Amino acid sequence: MTINRAFEAGLSAPASGWPADGESAVPYRVFVDPAIHQLEQERVFRGPTWNYVAMEAEVPGPGDFKANFVGDTPVVVTRGRDGRLHGFVNRCAHRGALVCRELRGNSSTHVCIYHQWSYDCEGNLIGVPFRHGIEGRGGYEEGFRTAEHGLRKLRAAAYRGLVFVSFSDDAPELEEYLGVVARQWIDRTLGRPVRILGYSRQVIDANWKLYAENVRDPYHGSLLHLFNATFGIARSSQQGGVSMDPGGGHNVIHARRRDARDETLAYAREKVRSYQKGFSLADPSLLRGRPDPGIETSTSIQSVFPTLVIQQIANSLATRQILPRGPRRLELISTFFAYADDDPEMIAIRLRQANLAGPAGYISMEDGYAIELVQQAIESGQDGSSFVELGGCEVESQDNLVTEASIRGFWHCYRGLMARGA
Amino acid sequence: MNGAEIRSAVEELIAAYVTAIDDGRLEEWPEFFTDDCVYRIVPRENDAQGLPLAIMNCESRAALCDRISAYRKANLFAPNAYRHMLGPVRITDEGGGEVRARTNYALFRTALDPVGYGASELFSVGEYRDRIVMVGGATRFREKLVIADTCRIQTLLATPI
Repeated sequence: MTINRAFEAGLSAPASGWPADGESAVPYRVFVDPAIHQLEQERVFRGPTWNYVAMEAEVPGPGDFKANFVGDTPVVVTRGRDGRLHGFVNRCAHRGALVCRELRGNSSTHVCIYHQWSYDCEGNLIGVPFRHGIEGRGGYEEGFRTAEHGLRKLRAAAYRGLVFVSFSDDAPELEEYLGVVARQWIDRTLGRPVRILGYSRQVIDANWKLYAENVRDPYHGSLLHLFNATFGIARSSQQGGVSMDPGGGHNVIHARRRDARDETLAYAREKVRSYQKGFSLADPSLLRGRPDPGIETSTSIQSVFPTLVIQQIANSLATRQILPRGPRRLELISTFFAYADDDPEMIAIRLRQANLAGPAGYISMEDGYAIELVQQAIESGQDGSSFVELGGCEVESQDNLVTEASIRGFWHCYRGLMARGA
Repeated sequence: MNGAEIRSAVEELIAAYVTAIDDGRLEEWPEFFTDDCVYRIVPRENDAQGLPLAIMNCESRAALCDRISAYRKANLFAPNAYRHMLGPVRITDEGGGEVRARTNYALFRTALDPVGYGASELFSVGEYRDRIVMVGGATRFREKLVIADTCRIQTLLATPI
C-alpha cells in the first residue's frame, strides 16, 4: 500500500503541516494531492460513512430511481417493489459499463446497453443474453451463477426523508452514525413530509474539503457576505453558536435574534436599513417571511459528514450535496424543498427567499469564489498550512459565532478516518 | 402597429437588453421591465419537471433594482465580462396588448481576474421566453423567463442573463 505509507509518512508527521496533537492547522497539500484524493475514496467515501444521495421524496414509488455519486463512484438508489430503499454501484458486473444512464426515472429493471445484462431494482442479475450459447456453442460454463454476478450492493437507509448509502459493513446503523445532535436538528428541519421545489447546481474549481470547511465556518458569514451588512440584516445583536457531535464531523452553525419577539418575523421587522449608509431594499418582500413551526433560528447550516449540508436560511430550505469531481473541483447540488402541507403563499415565500442561497444567492454566491481563491493560491504552496485557531483549539460545541471549532471538528473526523488503515 | 413594426420593436427591445448587460450598463437593466414585472432564471431541469425553483427570482422592478444594488455594493465575484449571442426572435403569440416571444441565447463569460485573464467560456445557453407590452409608447418586458439549459453553473451567477 504505497499510497497509505505516503499518507502516514507525510501527512501524519508534524513536519508536513498537521499538528502533532489537535486540528489547529491544515496542510494545503490535502487540497491538491491526487494521492490523497485516491485515498479518500477508500477511507472516507467507501469507508465507514453514510453518504447522502437523495431525498425520499425523489424516489417515492416502487421502481423509482436516482443516479448519483459517492466520491468518484457512480451509484444508483432505487425504491424496490417491496417499498424498501436499495443502493448499488452503477457499474455493470460484466465489463464495467455504466448501467443506469438517466439521472432519475422509474423502471423495474436496469439493463446495461453494452451486452444487455439486466438487473432488478435491488441490483440482482436477472438476465444474461446467450447465457447458454447458440446451438450448444459458446456461452457461459455450467458453473455460472447469476447470483454471483449482481451489481455491487450498498447499504441504503433513510432518516427523516434523507436517503444515505454506505459501502461499509463497519459503519454503524444510520441513526447511530448521525448521533443525537445531528438527529435533533434533522428532526427539527425535516420532521414533516416535504415537497421538492427544484434544483440548483454549480461547479466550483476547488477541493471538496474547502467547501466542507466553508459550511462549518461561522466567522466568514458577516465578513465575506456583505449583503447582510449592506442592507442591515445581520445585526450585531444576532446570537448563535456551533453544535457538534462528539466525533466532530457533524456540525450545525445556528444563529437567532436576541429579541424573541423578532424571531417570529425574522427579517421583516428589520426594515432592512443599513447601519452604515442607509441602504435598504427597494422590494422588502424578499425578506418578508413567516415563522416555520419549531424553527426558531434565523439561519441554521447543518453539516453531516462527509458531504451533506442542510440549509435553513429564513424560510429557504434545501439540502446540498458536496460532490467531489477530482481533487481540484467540486459540484454542489442543492435540492430546495417545501413542506408538503405548505399553502401557496408559503411556497411563494420559499421561492422568493431562494434568492438568498444557491449559485446566485445574495448571501451564498461568494462562497464558491472565496474557496476558488484559496485553491488558486495554494496550488504551488504544498508545504504551507492554514491557521485554524479561532476560538482556541478545542473541538466541541460553542455558544458564539467567532470560532472555528466546527472546522476543527471536520478535520478531527477526517483525520481519524484517513489514519484508520485499509 | 402592424406586424412588421411589432416585430421590429420586439427585436430592438431584446437586442438593446443584451447590449446593455454586455456593456455593463446594469443600472439600465430594470428600465427594460414594467413595474410589476417578473424576471426569473429557471434551470431547464426544473422547467422540464414542472418544478418552480428559479435561481434568480425577481417579482417586481424594485427587486431588479435590488439585484443591481447588491451587485454593486455587496456581492463579490471574479471580475468578468458577458457577451450574449442571440438567435432569431420567434413571436409565438400576440393579442391583448401583449406579445410573446421566444429567443435562443448563448452567453459567453470572459474572465478578467489575474488567474484566468482573457479566457472565455460558454457560461450559459438557453432561451428567453418573453411577454412584452407597450408602456407609454415604449416596449417593456412584463415577464422574462430565462430557461437555462446550462443547469451546472460555473462558480456563481452574479450578473443577470
